[in-house]
Amino acid sequence: MADVTEDAIDDVIDDAVPPAEVPDVELPHAHSWITKYVFCQDAKVIAVQYSMTAMAIGLVALVLSWLMRLQLGFPDSLSVINAEQYYQYITMHGMIMVIYLLTALFLGGFGNYLIPLMVGARDMVFPWVNMLSYWVYLLAVLILVASFFVPGGATGAGWTLYPPQAILSGTPGSGWGIILMLVSLIVFIIGFTMGGLNYVVTVLQARARGMTLMRMPLTIWGIFTASVLALLAFPALFVGAVMMLFDHLLGTSFFMPAIVNMGQQLSHDGGSPILFQHLFWFFGHPEVYIVALPAFGIVSDLIATHARRNIFGYRMMVWAIVIIGGLSFIVWAHHMYVSGMDPAFGFFFAVTTLIIAVPTALKVYNWVLTLWRGDIHFTVPMLFALGFIVTFVNGGMTGLFLGNAVVDVPLSDTMFVVAHFHMVMGVAPILVIFGAIYHWYPKITGRMLNNALGKFHFWVTFVGSYAIFLPLHYLGLMGVPRRYFEIGDMSVVPPSAATLNEVVSIIAFVVGFAQMVFLFNLVWSLRKGEPAGSNPWRATTLEWQTPQTPPGHGNWGKELPVVHRWAYDYSVPGAAEDYLPQNLPPSRVRAAAE
Amino acid sequence: MSGASRWVFGGGLALSGLAGLYLASRSGEGTLYWTGLVLFGASVFLIFNLIGGAFDKAEGRPPESYRLVGYALVAVAVGTVVFHVLSPWWWAPIASNWHYIDITIDLTFWITGVAFVIILGFMAYCVFRFRHREGRRAEYEPESTKLEGILTVVTALAVAAMLAPGLFFWNQFIDVPEDAVEVEVVGQQWSWSYRLPGADGRLGTADTRRISPDNPLGLNPDDPDGQDDIIINGGPLHLQVDTPVKMLLRSVDVLHNFYVPEFRAKMDMVPGMVTQLWFTPTRTGTFQALCAELCGTYHAYMRGEVVVQEEGDYQAWLDDQRTFARLAAAEAP
Repeated sequence: MADVTEDAIDDVIDDAVPPAEVPDVELPHAHSWITKYVFCQDAKVIAVQYSMTAMAIGLVALVLSWLMRLQLGFPDSLSVINAEQYYQYITMHGMIMVIYLLTALFLGGFGNYLIPLMVGARDMVFPWVNMLSYWVYLLAVLILVASFFVPGGATGAGWTLYPPQAILSGTPGSGWGIILMLVSLIVFIIGFTMGGLNYVVTVLQARARGMTLMRMPLTIWGIFTASVLALLAFPALFVGAVMMLFDHLLGTSFFMPAIVNMGQQLSHDGGSPILFQHLFWFFGHPEVYIVALPAFGIVSDLIATHARRNIFGYRMMVWAIVIIGGLSFIVWAHHMYVSGMDPAFGFFFAVTTLIIAVPTALKVYNWVLTLWRGDIHFTVPMLFALGFIVTFVNGGMTGLFLGNAVVDVPLSDTMFVVAHFHMVMGVAPILVIFGAIYHWYPKITGRMLNNALGKFHFWVTFVGSYAIFLPLHYLGLMGVPRRYFEIGDMSVVPPSAATLNEVVSIIAFVVGFAQMVFLFNLVWSLRKGEPAGSNPWRATTLEWQTPQTPPGHGNWGKELPVVHRWAYDYSVPGAAEDYLPQNLPPSRVRAAAE
Repeated sequence: MSGASRWVFGGGLALSGLAGLYLASRSGEGTLYWTGLVLFGASVFLIFNLIGGAFDKAEGRPPESYRLVGYALVAVAVGTVVFHVLSPWWWAPIASNWHYIDITIDLTFWITGVAFVIILGFMAYCVFRFRHREGRRAEYEPESTKLEGILTVVTALAVAAMLAPGLFFWNQFIDVPEDAVEVEVVGQQWSWSYRLPGADGRLGTADTRRISPDNPLGLNPDDPDGQDDIIINGGPLHLQVDTPVKMLLRSVDVLHNFYVPEFRAKMDMVPGMVTQLWFTPTRTGTFQALCAELCGTYHAYMRGEVVVQEEGDYQAWLDDQRTFARLAAAEAP
């Protein structure tokens, strides 16, 4: 022992990590092209499959929004749709964006790609179920798309699918359309449950040695918490959908009271339309956070990495995610202040809703405080992260209007609500998705996305979508209800509102076009992009430390990584580099500094 | 950006600026005029930015777009406030007792507006002050319990300042005064009907199951309270000014929502149950009623009218209306 220096002993002690509790597993290996790229059990391939499917169906939603904006902006000259189609398109646009794009992309796409890599696992815990999850999701998407082509067309009940209207003949698509919609949701939830269990169990069970929960990147905290929320919230939608199917197909009366429909007495009796609304929003409000929490997590990592600074108040950020997730289950009826439920509920739900603003505001403060005394690089992911903060703050502020019961009374069901939720859960999370794609594309493909196209994409998307949705709030303040095929002759609305709608529509077409530039960039950079190397952003988290880029099957080669620190050691005083990867042993940090 | 692409990009911007100017000068007014002006302004702004970038490059500063980002943040903050102040699109003058709702909205605009400007201003400051420069290194400070504590308290206070009046006025909103006159509004795809309680001041019972062509609102013919009820099918609803109204809302088919923007109040009408809202009309005039809950294909065309009158005019109108008993007698063979 005489030749062992004290420093060396220190090194051994510092580098020590807890022993492995779960043995390394043998992964299923692909032997043919089909099992490698089609029926694949590798989470990275499943992630790409999820993402491409979600973006494809998202394009459909984009086209639908163009058709709606043609109608709203130019009702007399350029419109190509009638009122029935308009309601079908708002319904499908909303449902696609919320469920089939945002939920699927954040959890199925980013969740699958990032969870195993960022926690240092070889793959998801249940690879086969993971694969099945994608195929069931694809089936749900196909059923959804099929509803455009059945007799009567897709449902036009609004994305909230409120009965009785959803299944009565005064609504477009009240025959096959609504049935396929409900079936598609049921299938989606089955598929999501398979994936969601995987995400949760993988985070809890398959983390690398040394990766304690409080060392995990916030991206993983966001996706993890959102998956838990989804597993608890989706069942409410599931039973709601099943019960509505029964009402429609079997003549039960869960949601159907005595009704006279177009002069005909229906045989339903005694059901409650408000019961469906409770079930829907018991799912629907957590759903907002199922989309928002992964965005919160990802944007935290983007800001920390590109500002070269530790995320400010990490512990607060983690607890804020958990608290927001918990509170999101007791705020649902703030969607229902004017639904006819007992108005005394308003006191409780207004209080819980405004309380949730506090942890949310703290997250915003910590993002901007991370910029404070940072070393801000204005890369494309950073631009999108900054754009997210702006739109999220704006949308969060208008949430304080709508959450406050009495203020909600005049604003509820108006364009103010449309503007609010597009800003806060449409534009804001989508900006994060773009930022995240620019950030992780180099890891997924090994090549950088084109920077100039990226900047063009950012500026048009950010400025454009802000300019679209800011003015729409003021239509709502005037009293224009949402879901109106046309404003028509409305005494509280001056003629200048028509000009406003025209301008908004023009901007919407431009912003939509910019997304084509983005898609072009994705395809073009696949072959022509600058080679990225393994860690182009000089980031600390594990996915950037893989032996191969793109990471190979099993992610880590022979040895699983061992984690020595949290995810945010940027610009540590005394260290040679301005970032310390999570798996860099302390002895090597010290050696590099000397 | 390379020199060549800078020239190409700048040339394109110059052309688009000129095109914008041409568009604006040709169209005179309206959407195209403003579109042209915005195009011109944006092009000029981007050209100046391009020139700034070229100087940065020549003087060896890192070619990053911090200036654009900083200005954009300031522009969004200032632009949002200016848009808010100058917006010709604002709520219609109030015609009910719910001006407290307007005050609470104004208060919320002030608090959230100040917070919005502060946060964006702080971001813009960070962008200019802490942008990457050669040799710069970020500060390492994982957290500050004190700062986070202060921010929590300040936020909680601001939220409470909005919530407290909100709850106070919500209590008023759901607390119907004893002397309010009952009026029933019935929604069906896609029209409104109304029922007034008649001389006895009481509405008779009604049931969707009794609805027939002769009895469109489903009144109970055996209920004495209902005999003198006044039924308005198709025409506008008249109300007396300065008299509190308790609206009982009913739907025979799907969800509707009776919404008069000038009254601020709004409530869904749900088949199978009776919902309510109350208000006091405070000025005379004719107001448009809109349906504010998606109710099928012709949702946007489900309009009604409420006429608020002085007592004398109101009585004259009321005397012209027919009661349920008279309607039933008229339709009996």
